[in-house]
Amino acid sequence: MRLDGKGLIDRDAPVRFHFNGKAYNGFKGDTVASALMANGVKLMGRSFKYHRPRGVMTAGSEEPNALIQVGAGNAMLPNVRATVQEIFSGLETSSQNHIGPLDRDLLSINGLFAPWLSAGFYYKTFMWPRAFWEKVYEPAIRRAAGLGRMTREASPEESEKAYAFCDVLVIGGGPAGLMAALTAARSGADVILLEETNALGGRLLSDGEMIDGLPADIWVAETEEALRDTGRVRIMTRTTATGVYDGLIFAAVERVGAHLPHTANLPRECFWRIRAGQAVLATGALERPMAFPNNDRPGIMMASAVRTYVNRYSVTPGEKVALFATNDDAHRTALELLEAGVDVAAVIDPREDATAIGDYRLHRGAEVIGSKGRQGLTEIKVRHGSNEFRIEADCLGVSGGWNPTLHLTCHQGARPIWNPDIAAFVPADDAIQGLHTAGACQGTFDTSGCLREGISAAERAIKALGKRVRKPDLPMADDQAGGHSTLWAVEGKGRAWLDFANDVTTKDVKQSAAEGFQSVEHMKRYTTQGMAPDQGKSSNIGALAVLADATGRGIPETGTTTYRPPFTPVALGTMGAGAQGKGFAPERFTTSHKAVVARGAPMIEAGLWYRPSYIPAPGETHWRQSCDREVNMVRNAVGVVDVSTLGKIEIMGPDAGAFLDFLYTNLFSTLKPGRVRYGLMLREDGHVMDDGTTACLAENHYVMTTTTAAAGQVMAHMEFVAQGLRPDLDVRFTSVTEQWAQFSVAGPRARDLLNGILDTPIDDDTFPFMQCGAARIHGVDGRLFRISFSGEHAYEVAVPSAYGDALYRDLVARAEALGGGAYGMEALNVLRLEKGFITHAEIYGRATAFDIGMQGMLSKKKDFIGKAAATRPGLLDDDRERLVGLKPVGPVKELTAGAHLFEPDADSTRVNDLGYVTSVGYSPTLGHFIGLGFLKNGPNRIGHHIKMVDHLRGVTAEVEICDPVFFDKDGGRARG
Amino acid sequence: MHIPCPHCGDRDQREFSIRGHAVGLDRPEGEVWSDDWHNFIHLRENPAGRTEELWYHGGGCGAWLVVERNTVTHKVYGTRLASEGRT
Amino acid sequence: MANLTAKTAFDGTLPIEIGAVSLTEMTHDSITWIAPHKGQMAKVSRALDKQVGADFPSPNTHQNGVVWFGPEQALVLSKGLKRIAGAAVVDQSSAWAVCALQGAGAADVLARLVPIDLRDSTFAVGAAARTLLGHMNCVLMRTGLERYEVMAFRSMAATCAHEIESAMTMVAARAETH
Repeated sequence: MRLDGKGLIDRDAPVRFHFNGKAYNGFKGDTVASALMANGVKLMGRSFKYHRPRGVMTAGSEEPNALIQVGAGNAMLPNVRATVQEIFSGLETSSQNHIGPLDRDLLSINGLFAPWLSAGFYYKTFMWPRAFWEKVYEPAIRRAAGLGRMTREASPEESEKAYAFCDVLVIGGGPAGLMAALTAARSGADVILLEETNALGGRLLSDGEMIDGLPADIWVAETEEALRDTGRVRIMTRTTATGVYDGLIFAAVERVGAHLPHTANLPRECFWRIRAGQAVLATGALERPMAFPNNDRPGIMMASAVRTYVNRYSVTPGEKVALFATNDDAHRTALELLEAGVDVAAVIDPREDATAIGDYRLHRGAEVIGSKGRQGLTEIKVRHGSNEFRIEADCLGVSGGWNPTLHLTCHQGARPIWNPDIAAFVPADDAIQGLHTAGACQGTFDTSGCLREGISAAERAIKALGKRVRKPDLPMADDQAGGHSTLWAVEGKGRAWLDFANDVTTKDVKQSAAEGFQSVEHMKRYTTQGMAPDQGKSSNIGALAVLADATGRGIPETGTTTYRPPFTPVALGTMGAGAQGKGFAPERFTTSHKAVVARGAPMIEAGLWYRPSYIPAPGETHWRQSCDREVNMVRNAVGVVDVSTLGKIEIMGPDAGAFLDFLYTNLFSTLKPGRVRYGLMLREDGHVMDDGTTACLAENHYVMTTTTAAAGQVMAHMEFVAQGLRPDLDVRFTSVTEQWAQFSVAGPRARDLLNGILDTPIDDDTFPFMQCGAARIHGVDGRLFRISFSGEHAYEVAVPSAYGDALYRDLVARAEALGGGAYGMEALNVLRLEKGFITHAEIYGRATAFDIGMQGMLSKKKDFIGKAAATRPGLLDDDRERLVGLKPVGPVKELTAGAHLFEPDADSTRVNDLGYVTSVGYSPTLGHFIGLGFLKNGPNRIGHHIKMVDHLRGVTAEVEICDPVFFDKDGGRARG
Repeated sequence: MHIPCPHCGDRDQREFSIRGHAVGLDRPEGEVWSDDWHNFIHLRENPAGRTEELWYHGGGCGAWLVVERNTVTHKVYGTRLASEGRT
Repeated sequence: MANLTAKTAFDGTLPIEIGAVSLTEMTHDSITWIAPHKGQMAKVSRALDKQVGADFPSPNTHQNGVVWFGPEQALVLSKGLKRIAGAAVVDQSSAWAVCALQGAGAADVLARLVPIDLRDSTFAVGAAARTLLGHMNCVLMRTGLERYEVMAFRSMAATCAHEIESAMTMVAARAETH
């Protein structure tokens, strides 16, 4: 029911929204909870296990009951708290966790089975027969369990991520946070102030106090103005700090568009990573419930929430409100209800010495021991001594005291400290270095104290930053913390709930203790206490008090469970914002990309690069047709392929040769200008890191190529060697991978093609095999290398990337005119396999130079990375798995990569494993499949037949072990 | 976590990658396998507490750093360039 | 003989303007990497000053188109450099996709992509950084109160433009609702 003349809602801005398909009216500034309340809706959801009817319990992000689904279609988000979600025109919401209508949930029958569904029932009930688990129990449980539903499709609503930096981060916009932000800003610090709700003020907006002679909300508005005047405060409302990480980095979730009608491109939420020089935690406290029989009916809620709904949202949760409280603060709620014209049925206070502060009925020394009302509270049952009586009420406000919201102080492992004076846990001193606590989050519950501590916390932060403190005047507030006592649970008949979200009762906790799960961490897992979306914010402390009682220990000895980020649930879509689709990883395109895509080439990923698998010719319907044609083209005419993805590193300086000698196993300082050499690089542990060619362009000037896959690794390695191991060498190097578009022109007609584009034609004398040099290509300064990865007479021609697209198109056109054309990765792979050239399929991290037959490249004349380790006897053992060629010789003509090798008559089992196949391809040149693999003692078994078994694909083939070089063994084609 | 790069200043951890203990700078003399080499390649102290590690600022200036850090608290005490060697 | 036509890194996909922020491709006649050999820094710096009117840049700065590029390395964005003795010099004119992000909110756009502190106190006009743009390496320069230049690898130009455009779009949508 709406009240008049109160609250922060905008009565000039009516809003129409839907809940469970029905339209409701509210006002701008309402949450779904307050608006539904104003419409008399009490039932907002069903509990997790027993499907009990549940209504709203709090007015904040700690809400355990009123979890709803928000949005329509694929934008639907489950488990949103109705107490947080603001309404807007067109908002679609629905309740969750029920089958059939909310008020006639078919699964509420679970409540009848409660005796069998108590703590640990999963572990006890579904044990036998064993076969039932997969077929019967699990599907049934899966259907019934869980809260909201997922759409299983990508949400059309995007979120974003952002970084922010500040000198002082203030978390919480209540009295302590406001004073902290003001103090820090006036002292010259850049401040970010986070407030979880849509307006600054915190409890001041709920409690109707006076500060500095002003109504609290006016004082808040003036203070906000003062903050803005400093020009140093970034106020972020609707933003929750969800975690604190090493180095005072905070995660925070801002609701950017979640409270607005869908707007194109407006992010739903923003995931902030905020780096703070210092931080002030002023997150307040959460009121705690008391467990009493049937305390979970819609209409039973926190007393402070009642006050918030009345003062902030101008709505009363009931027409006849009773209060059950252990402290003076709740009595003020009674006063404010009376002031608002709401009937106060009674205040029940377990303290014998409680006094009424207004015109309401007070039951001292009494307890609530029961409630009635099927889908909403109608009456409560009260016990006073041996007297039991009923009171009519449609709302009961409960207050068992306050728990400081100290969660963030525990995110790096600190444990909170029990403070018996306020019967609550408070943050440990210096729980997180640089995070200063202020106000209710450290157990200071009076407004004066909060204001004062806000200033002093900021003072500590400013001093730590080495700045001078300029303190604002301390505002005057006239409240006091008031008296309190402690009551966790009321004994009585019926179930008394602790964790409303997960349906954990006091009986479950006691049973857990009785069955031996006495540690608080064990109790949590056995009962699921605190494991719902609310993470037990309001219930954990009560549960551990019940556990302490059941085990005869004190609360501090019992201890708390671990507080982990995030403080409130964070949608995965928000955490992963920007990382979907093209945002997942950068795409690297070669300059020939558009040309090959235009020819219909399917692209494959090579690291971040995209390369053409093959370039289909008209009429080709299968990739093998294209691949075979492209291989034949290179062997018989000329082919063109983009090799720009290989890493290219330019190395210069007086010690460049010495540096290369140290990096490579073989000598490079002897390489003459204009010449290219193949090199092998090891890791320090003696295994192969990478291979490639390095060209000497001029004296003390080299360009190294790495494989595409290892380019980044090799660069980091070179930096490490140059900086960490050999800072004595005078050498400079930088990557030129991006500068040069480089194309391989391979085949018997390669030189014919090149001589059509080179300003100065070449021949075998001016440009023999392994020659390199500057070249002008169509008048553009480029580079030419006579190297071959196909075994053919081949060149790599490089021009600045700006000309890459033009040159590629020209090269392909010329190749086609010579009976050749473009080729792709499949053909490139077959060509290199025919020649037994290795790739990272072979040098995959476990192979040594010896394993790949290159032990001859380990220079004896110099030290190099990996030299000592490469000579270990175990790495030179004949029986190691070593590189061989493979070809099928039996009825099965196919080879498969990843298959394993066995003696023909041995069982194909792990113990008989002799090696494996690393690369395969069909060679159109030879007319059969060929493969490379590693085989124990391989080189000494050439000519033998063994068995190849691919367990995964179900292929078994008889293969002959051969030399890895299948074609043109003496290399005459590349030289000629 | 943030790491103060001697060149670039305080930078987010995401710009760096770790290589392991700073003993990686103490490459032994000698081209033949020895106990020193075995220690260098295979053996690492793994202290719970203060230690020195090698980090690469690959997402920044490309410098290799020696980072003195606490593996328990993640506090970074200081950094210096790997090119200055181990002290 | 056919002529080879040059293409720019962004190949006509820029400029774009969204809300108050624009993204424009910057082209330079030449981009040169320069790294003095040991003991040659002073000499190289003088030679550089003579040619382009800027000393070898100190870390995290840029001036007159000379930007710090890492320990004892700089990029010179201008017309071609004449030979400089005592330094390794490499032509990188085609290696970089360079763009300028300009307008009110340019810093907000970058704050969605770049993990460094862009406040005036740490990243004033004249500041430069080697850092990340999303998952990509980049060089970032502040060239005006509301103007930045971003250099990314040429092969990643499409991703660079896409990432910045996405951030621009969301920043502009925010500006409209506030």
